[in-house]
Amino acid sequence: MTAGTLISPATSNKAAMVMLWASASIAVLILTFILGYILIRGIGVVNLSFLLGSPRLSGAEGGVLPAIVGTFCLMVVAMLSAVPIGIGAAIYLAEYAPKSVMTGIITFGVECLAGVPSIVIGLFGYAFLVIYLGFGFSIISGGLALMFMVLPWIVRVSEESIKAVPMGIREGSFALGATKWQTMWRVVLPGAVPGIMTGVILGVGKAIGETAVIMFTAGSSLLMPSSLFDPVRALPYHLYILASEGISDQMAYGSSVVLLAMVLLINLAAIAIQKRYGRQYGRK
Amino acid sequence: MTQKLGERIIEAFLFVSAATAVTVVAMITIFLVREGLPVIVKVGVANFGLGMKWNPIAMTGEPSYGIFPMIVASFYVAIGSLVLAVPLGLACAVFLAEIAPAGVRSIIKHAVELLVGIPSVILGFVGLVLLVPFIRDHFGGWGFSILACSIILAIMALPRIISVSDDAIRAVPKDYKEASFALGATHWYTIRKVIVPSARSGIVAAVILAMATSIGETMAVLMVAGNVSMLPSPIYDILDPVRPMTANIALEMNYATGDHAQALFATGVVLFIVVAVLDAISHKALKSKMGVER
Repeated sequence: MTAGTLISPATSNKAAMVMLWASASIAVLILTFILGYILIRGIGVVNLSFLLGSPRLSGAEGGVLPAIVGTFCLMVVAMLSAVPIGIGAAIYLAEYAPKSVMTGIITFGVECLAGVPSIVIGLFGYAFLVIYLGFGFSIISGGLALMFMVLPWIVRVSEESIKAVPMGIREGSFALGATKWQTMWRVVLPGAVPGIMTGVILGVGKAIGETAVIMFTAGSSLLMPSSLFDPVRALPYHLYILASEGISDQMAYGSSVVLLAMVLLINLAAIAIQKRYGRQYGRK
Repeated sequence: MTQKLGERIIEAFLFVSAATAVTVVAMITIFLVREGLPVIVKVGVANFGLGMKWNPIAMTGEPSYGIFPMIVASFYVAIGSLVLAVPLGLACAVFLAEIAPAGVRSIIKHAVELLVGIPSVILGFVGLVLLVPFIRDHFGGWGFSILACSIILAIMALPRIISVSDDAIRAVPKDYKEASFALGATHWYTIRKVIVPSARSGIVAAVILAMATSIGETMAVLMVAGNVSMLPSPIYDILDPVRPMTANIALEMNYATGDHAQALFATGVVLFIVVAVLDAISHKALKSKMGVER
């Protein structure tokens, strides 16, 4: 308490308040600085021929269209598989599951999967999807590996949204003679949709930015894919190769801007939906 | 009757969906062990886990698969990131929960959410073009270093520490705070002696979770670590390059074959175990918090 005897409580209180304001400002500054730096260095590179062109000289010149298409395809495969399974799992956990050892195991599994490092999911995707199932380096391998990564997230947000729908609404539906599934499908799910939507959109953002999972599952081809079994190089992986192999800093800045713009727009959309519909029933 | 059957089918589908995550976790474990275990058995657990030398493609003599420097590196950069991110993150969380006016709070909350969304490869890229040259010019060394890794990981850990600690602090009952004020304590004294200690287990959970995430992070460290598989010398030299476990897998998986590829899977097994243990500890801490809270 030496400090306490030297400085009056009022002064140390004031000093602490200044320090807390400063820390929050530093955190916001870091964010602004990173976003600003990437945008300023990269915005000049981005134009229509960059967005819609094909890369030449392994990406040192030309555009990034195949990488954008690749990212999109991987994301679609991942979400088309993760969303139904994730919502299904959430409905089961929130509404159907008898509180038992089984629920415990299922919840534990979801938590475990959420904790698996992305590079480990990549390794598993390589061993299981690429080699064991023989899908090769392809959209389907990369997309399914991404699905393993976003699934726990989808389950969690969906379960939370479903549980937030008030019990009284369910009871009203049951009282009218509806079955469990009718109640779920017609009454509970519609109420949970905004929350689930926000979660799914944030999941898309995660899937788009992810690199380690797709490094050795989706391949690194710079050609346009023509089927689900073609390899693609997603935009983040393209950025990694451009930067780490020193192919072209300019192109890397440009790719960063495109990737960042995609991810930020998606996140802003999620925030907007949350603002517009969110808290319909509140979280707790 | 048909309605009954329909309900049963739907319930079965829901159950299968729910079981997917567990199944995937089980399969990840099986595949990692199947691919990684043989090489661990072949070279010996001690030679693998405690071996100092990683030389999978030996020109002369036997290849060696020691990952001890990488295990050290993973913990080193993760702890380094916590040293930077915890004080700042905790201060931000206290600010958000206790001091910020509603408008400022919502702006910072959204900024933090956006920071979570920035792909790690972009943070790694910023580290590569900005931080690495900065460290090289101002602190010396190669630039690719423990320090660079720790800073980038700290930026990634910051939003997670902020949001979990914020929740933990806001969960502290209002009465505690009011009682402290009633005794004449200042706001800062109350924060320091009452609020933060009451939220301690939630904060500890946040910190451990951040550590697990940092150890599991690949792209950001891969681009700034330098990827030299040796212990820093001297051990406290944070300007030395290192190779964390994740970077080892990412760097070599594309061309590895045979024992070499298996050794990378084995690295994945170690990584998986480390992260799972940290996650479990973090969950324990959160659970104990819930007990006190309500």
